[in-house]
Amino acid sequence: MIEIDWYLALSAVLFTIGLVGVLIRRNAIVIFMCVELMLNAVNLTLISFSSYHGDVTGQILVFFSLAVAAAEAVIGLAIILAIFRNNLSVDITKVNLLRW
Amino acid sequence: MEFTAILFYVFAILTIGSASIMVFSKNIVHSAFALMFTLIGVAAIYVLLYADFLAATQLLVYVGGILILILFGVMLTSQESAKLNFKTVTVNVVPASILSVTALVLLTYVFTTTQWASRNLETPQETVEILGTMLMSDYLLPFIIAGVLLLIAIIGSILMATRLNSKPTESN
Repeated sequence: MIEIDWYLALSAVLFTIGLVGVLIRRNAIVIFMCVELMLNAVNLTLISFSSYHGDVTGQILVFFSLAVAAAEAVIGLAIILAIFRNNLSVDITKVNLLRW
Repeated sequence: MEFTAILFYVFAILTIGSASIMVFSKNIVHSAFALMFTLIGVAAIYVLLYADFLAATQLLVYVGGILILILFGVMLTSQESAKLNFKTVTVNVVPASILSVTALVLLTYVFTTTQWASRNLETPQETVEILGTMLMSDYLLPFIIAGVLLLIAIIGSILMATRLNSKPTESN
């Protein structure tokens, strides 16, 4: 019998790995993958709470979160493609048009 | 040690290891494939939590959909870089490490010191029927709104990803 703490700790570790990736990588697509990983970590938290409370409502929330993640993936990749067409690069340090 | 505990540790190590490979790999294609193993590991942990429908949905939506989209993005934006090493693909390593370690410590502290009012994991029950009934009765309006959101996302991404400056030729 695994305590709920282990699932939550796994979720925290996954979220942190995603956070590191978002902060240190230059390539926009890798940043995008790390955002997906962070979304997965939060979903894991929701599902573990839902299962350990014996209430299925938390899984409904994860279901809608999956739908929003799919929409976000499609829009994000379209934006990355548009940036690539303008800059010929997906390096985010070169996308500095709005920077002071 | 119980069988489910062993399974949990195996899948947790698989998930964390491939997530680390995804973040620290130099090659983008390697990152994408490591993301696949991470998502499969998370789906297996959903199964251990008796969320069978969501595990299947995770495999279908993430591994079958989003990962393919990401691979297409990698192919469409690929470029030969002069030198790929850890220095050239990363930026701001030191402040990011400090911030992330702080976040990890805070999250684990909160998660492990709080007394969760949790019961034990109940005996496995079929969640598909319960979820379907709830989606069609109590959560009908959010379900429809999610469908409309996905439709709008498809239209918007087609608009953004198509070249707008090339005028369509008149065929007739």
